[in-house]
Amino acid sequence: MSHIKIELRKEDVDFIKGVCATFNNDPQELINVLHSCQEHFGYLPAEVQEVVSDGLNMPVAKIYGVVTFYSFFTMTPKGKHPISICLGTACYVRGAEKVLEEFKKELGIQVGESTKDNKFSLSSLRCVGACGLAPVVLVGDKTYGRVAPDDVKNILKEYE
Amino acid sequence: METIKLTIDNKEIDVPKGTTIYKAAKELGIDIPTLCYMELHDMGIENKPAGCRICVAEVSGRRTLAPTCSTKCEPGMVVKTHTPRVLNARRTVMEFILSDHPKDCLVCSKSGTCELQDMAHRLGIRDIPGAEYAAVSTYRMDTSPSIIRNLDKCIMCRRCEMMCNEVQTVGAISAVNRGFMATVAPAFEQNLEHSTCTYCGQCVSVCPTGALTEVNHVPQVLRALVDPTKTVVVQTAPAVRAALGEEFGLAPGTLVTGKMTAALRALGFDYVFDTDFAADLTIMEEGTELLDRLSRHLKGDTTAKIPILTSCCPGWVNFFEEYFPDLKDVPSSAKSPQQMFGAIAKSYFADKIGINRKDMVVVSIMPCLAKKYECQRDEFSVDGNPDVDFSISTRELASFIKQANIDIKNLHDEEFDNPLGESTGAGVIFGTTGGVIEAACRTAYELYTGKKLERIEFTELRGMGGVRSATIDFDGLPLNIGIAHGLGNARKLLDEVRSGKSQFHAIEVMACPGGCIGGGGQPLHHGNSEIIKARAAALYTEDRKKPLRKSHENPFIIKLYDEFLDKPGSEKAHHLLHTHYFDKKKKIMIKK
Repeated sequence: MSHIKIELRKEDVDFIKGVCATFNNDPQELINVLHSCQEHFGYLPAEVQEVVSDGLNMPVAKIYGVVTFYSFFTMTPKGKHPISICLGTACYVRGAEKVLEEFKKELGIQVGESTKDNKFSLSSLRCVGACGLAPVVLVGDKTYGRVAPDDVKNILKEYE
Repeated sequence: METIKLTIDNKEIDVPKGTTIYKAAKELGIDIPTLCYMELHDMGIENKPAGCRICVAEVSGRRTLAPTCSTKCEPGMVVKTHTPRVLNARRTVMEFILSDHPKDCLVCSKSGTCELQDMAHRLGIRDIPGAEYAAVSTYRMDTSPSIIRNLDKCIMCRRCEMMCNEVQTVGAISAVNRGFMATVAPAFEQNLEHSTCTYCGQCVSVCPTGALTEVNHVPQVLRALVDPTKTVVVQTAPAVRAALGEEFGLAPGTLVTGKMTAALRALGFDYVFDTDFAADLTIMEEGTELLDRLSRHLKGDTTAKIPILTSCCPGWVNFFEEYFPDLKDVPSSAKSPQQMFGAIAKSYFADKIGINRKDMVVVSIMPCLAKKYECQRDEFSVDGNPDVDFSISTRELASFIKQANIDIKNLHDEEFDNPLGESTGAGVIFGTTGGVIEAACRTAYELYTGKKLERIEFTELRGMGGVRSATIDFDGLPLNIGIAHGLGNARKLLDEVRSGKSQFHAIEVMACPGGCIGGGGQPLHHGNSEIIKARAAALYTEDRKKPLRKSHENPFIIKLYDEFLDKPGSEKAHHLLHTHYFDKKKKIMIKK
């Protein structure tokens, strides 16, 4: 898998090392450390994982294994307005996939990617507990219910 | 000890508390099938991720089938390992595994030694329902200097991951991704070459399928053999003779030194030499370095680095270059026997037979996969011409012999050629853990004390314990020796050296459990540590049979110094037989 090459600044490295220290540099706290790092950086690029590896004294391969196992963790930066489309059973049977296709078409990106200007990113999830509103779309913290493919353009317009 | 009584397949048994059903069944002679479980108990190695679900059984009072490899025995438990429900489940699991596995068994390099293939046969699988619809998930192939990863064939038993992380503490590979994309890979799914891999090959030696195999160099060797302009010289490592026979159905521990020599000659090698000769040479150089550092150390010279660490093992060299680059001045600067051999063959011997080094091809037969990488290192070549051209494993040699229609079992024993084929017993035991340091002690004792060594066998240095130590009396000087095999064990001793707590004067390290006899290029042991012990015993037997058992008594070694190298540690010896190490630790990029 290719990944985005970034160069960490000294304060970034210090931040990650600080997070590791908060958790006593204990490898068992890996998930908590990754949570804090993702909260800070918005994602977990390879370089961040390498510093975590150093801080917790554990192989970076193991860290990458954890990052790729949990769908919560991401190695690509989220857009300014992250869009999530629910593909849970209720949303799916009410046409969520068509809505997703429309978003892909409008934005020109696939699930898990961000637009070039980093304004939008696209992801899918399973059930937000609002099945009565199916199909459901989240943009940032805002929820849109009963979304039809025709609504997609208007939703995106709100964020221009 | 507290014991537990239970019943397995209508047989009662008492086992110590904490025993798994799988092990208890084994005691009763019930061989529950498994694909992921593996145990080498002498070496403290156990893999039980309960991942394959082949070993399931019915357990009284339990709704679901239990994975026996990781379910502990309980008092009064009634276990049934072959009810229709169990057999059905086992078959279904197997069919699922096979449905996502390539069906190219006929041409797979693991064919015949594949545990998945054996299991399909054992369970009587005759078709794979749905195979015609389901696409097999694919993953890009990765070829490194030593190891090929073909993860389409991975069944996620995770033995390789256990070897790499827990036994070797290398941490180059880990389980990554989920579902059909799940596999075992280096960080960020980079190629192995860009990971912290040491090429020890232990992942290959435990892989049940063709997912991890060695890079095959037999075609290149064959090309060299038929090239009339090339003189092809072969050297065989000590551990090969103790294991090659297994590939031809001989019992583990059968020595095939003479038959192997005959087979190599039949294959068309112009000169059949022995790495054991170079092992004797290594002792001369390493032993001299040890005595030099030791005497300076005893005189209070703080620049003399003690302990001295052996440097014969390329997996070990890769390991300390990656993890302990700050200690790169501590190991002996002596090259490994493979590389010493190459350097001497392409200088001294090439001169002797009057050919240019470019017209000589040196092939090594090694129990090792890291040797493939080692012979490709830049520092081991002259003007782009490597000292050792190709290194092939014991398994590759066996395959080569079979392809050449050589019936090795019925060959008459033959002797190695000279001058680079003569060796002492000290050179032979290089192939097992403890052997290098025992060989070094035999020579260093006599050189240091000036007295004849009466008791040649240092049995206190032998055994299979992961970390061992002994004190050898050098005529009043107590010499503290440390021994580690398996890189995780080596790490423990290295941590002590780094913190200045090490009490040892000399430490021997071999990367593979058991030493070279358990190397990544050897016939597969399939989790049977008795095989590794039998190979060690074979080398000690060969040592006892040798008329000469101390490296410095090898007449051809003496001649080599007289005619060519002058004396151990001379300028010429340094130029040809010593090397230096590099800091290969991966650095984190920081923007200023």
